[in-house]
Amino acid sequence: MGGMFSFRALRDPILVAISLVALWQVLHHMAGDVAVTAPAPTLAHLWEMIGQARFLPHLRETGLAFLQALAIACGGGVLIGVVLGGHKLTGEVAEPILVGLYSIPKITLYPVILLLFGLGMPAKVAFGALHGIIPVVLFTMNAVRNVNRTYLRAGRAMRLTPVQTGWHILVPATLPEIFSGLRIGFSLTLLGTMLGELFASQRGLGFLLMTAIDLHDVKTILAIAVLISTFAILANAALLAIDKRLHRGAAPDTSGK
Amino acid sequence: MSKATWIRAAVLIGAVGALEIACRSGAIPATMVIAPSAMVVALVETLQSDDIGAHLSQTLSAVAIAMSLSIVGGFVIGFILNWVPFLRRAFSPFLAAYYAIPHFAFYPLLIVIFGLGSTPLIVLATLFAMVAMILATMAGLDRVPRVLLKTARIHRLSLLDEIWRIRLPAAAPHLLSGLKLAVAYSFIGVIAGEFILSTSGIGHEIAFAYDNFDNPRMYALILFVLAIVTTFNMVVYAYERRLMRRRGA
Amino acid sequence: MKTGATRLATVATSAQPDVHARLEGVTRIYPPRAGHGEVHALGPISLDLRAGEFFSVVGPSGCGKSTLLDVLAGLAVPSAGTVEFEGKPVRGEVPDGVGVVFQEDASFPWLTVEDNVSFGLRRSGVDAAETKRRVDFAIGFMGLRDFRRAYPSQLSGGMRQRVCIARTLVLQPRLILLDEPFGALDQQTRLLMGDELLRLWRETSATVLLITHALDEANLLSDRIGVMSARPGRFIEIVETGWPRERDSRLAERPDFGAVTARLWSYLRAESMQALGQGSMAR
Repeated sequence: MGGMFSFRALRDPILVAISLVALWQVLHHMAGDVAVTAPAPTLAHLWEMIGQARFLPHLRETGLAFLQALAIACGGGVLIGVVLGGHKLTGEVAEPILVGLYSIPKITLYPVILLLFGLGMPAKVAFGALHGIIPVVLFTMNAVRNVNRTYLRAGRAMRLTPVQTGWHILVPATLPEIFSGLRIGFSLTLLGTMLGELFASQRGLGFLLMTAIDLHDVKTILAIAVLISTFAILANAALLAIDKRLHRGAAPDTSGK
Repeated sequence: MSKATWIRAAVLIGAVGALEIACRSGAIPATMVIAPSAMVVALVETLQSDDIGAHLSQTLSAVAIAMSLSIVGGFVIGFILNWVPFLRRAFSPFLAAYYAIPHFAFYPLLIVIFGLGSTPLIVLATLFAMVAMILATMAGLDRVPRVLLKTARIHRLSLLDEIWRIRLPAAAPHLLSGLKLAVAYSFIGVIAGEFILSTSGIGHEIAFAYDNFDNPRMYALILFVLAIVTTFNMVVYAYERRLMRRRGA
Repeated sequence: MKTGATRLATVATSAQPDVHARLEGVTRIYPPRAGHGEVHALGPISLDLRAGEFFSVVGPSGCGKSTLLDVLAGLAVPSAGTVEFEGKPVRGEVPDGVGVVFQEDASFPWLTVEDNVSFGLRRSGVDAAETKRRVDFAIGFMGLRDFRRAYPSQLSGGMRQRVCIARTLVLQPRLILLDEPFGALDQQTRLLMGDELLRLWRETSATVLLITHALDEANLLSDRIGVMSARPGRFIEIVETGWPRERDSRLAERPDFGAVTARLWSYLRAESMQALGQGSMAR
């Protein structure tokens, strides 16, 4: 069947996108400019903002923070996840702790991060990584733990070296689930980095957002929110398409759909 | 208690102990982190202070309402999406990306629409938590084994009976994990909202204490939030374990 | 004592007074979907099920045996042809009086054995006393008395199938359809379950249609055996065994027993090789 982008699959989400914009317009009518600026002027303002010379450094700052946080969350997360998944007892000990950490409102730890790392880039990166690393660890751990023992036995029967076993069996077997974790980690790291930027520095999109909130500049608030949301949705859609492709070879579910 | 539980308890106690020693000895300055024992003392003091009651009740009631709305609403919407494939296909990409969107950015707008007070906070937290329940509901209903649906037809069950007596019980484990997430996200939504833009509530008090360099009060409240959320989760987790033990799966 | 098996070369018979269920010219064609064209899964197939008989269906994988059962039960609608049960047409809805046991475990993991068994009677208008009587009987008959309050997850595969059978029993079906019910069990358990199935058949006087891939099992349990061709499945032969109604697994000791199994294989061998070449469809 067609590659990642089939137009029929896009038709319905595009319909929803159009409805969302329509809803936006309606909200604007109901609440007025003081609460919600209309789609067209907001997008025009966004376009104008992006064009301004002083916007680029903010964008670069956020991008840099995000990428670093992502590297730590994904790289560190996979590493830790592999260790925890491979060693049964350690995994068993750690899992409830990780699940607990996942559920607590990490925003409560924000002041602690600020105190530990000071203001600036390190705090943002730390906060972003903190959000993203836990799901990556949990998914990786699960993937490694649940590797079908039969695959490993087949590998031993074929007298594969440890490296060969790792590369030809473990990696393909765990990749789909690990990737799902990375996808979720991506979204959460983005969220965490943005949150981190709200108070931690004088640069970046988060800072612009906070300034706009303080000044009650609704147009800019919405413009930035739309920018981030669009990026998030598109990136997620791409990752989801890859995710689905990776899961295609998996054993079929014996249940419903 | 199993071996893992002992080790875990030891690790946690060890970590807290190490932190205590590091703080008391001055290796970690009090301007950064105060000793755990000092945190507990500060918590007791704070809980006894007059003003804290109002903040506590505001936050906790907001969480309770957001929780209930998101669980019920999330279930209903998840059910509908599972039922109507067109809607499901249409909304899928947005649901998948939902948690990357900076929800808090829309908070000021909610204030203007709903006015000050708890309402915008509750709306925000509900919206934040609801999608977790929607996704879990959809996943649970998807995974009802086909053979059980066939059994429903053999027994000539009405649609309502099939949903109530077979689909929902079969989906229960997933619904329960959705519930857990909705609870967690309700807490996160309310407290994050209070933190960023509010004049009252626990979240605000934490930010206020930070701004005023009042570390003891700040850590006391942080500890409080962590304790409440963790206790809640442990209760739900224990209930889930009991439920799942019967099912074996 | 009857002497071995006789063969019937034709499939369709004229309407007989004791015809319990009938398939006539039934086909099932799956429409084209992503990745492959239309699939001619079954037929055309015709069958007259005699009231009270034990009829088995054997055939190579992918020949449409399960589809046949689905159509007969009203779980699937045929693309062509008619289905009748007790003189009334069956189309897309399961008629009253039909029970089905599936190959996969269909016990409800959230209910105890007792609640599982009584499931069908809960809202059926049968009063409490009668419900209790039927449930007690079914549980006793299927040897589940010690496990009334257990959950399916605590039972073995064979026990779970017994729960499913008991659950079907309480509804007092007049036609019982079984789709490879013992497929997931080991050989010894299969033989014992086969004996139980025969007991059940005699006790309820129901008509039974069993789908199985085990030729010995079909031979042992049945009055008649329908041999299906490779996909699209049609009956190539219907074999009459002539075994006495009071039979159990010791029937296999008879010298003429093996001949029937050999006959079945002689029809099936070529079809099975063809099916192997076709590659079986994922269920």
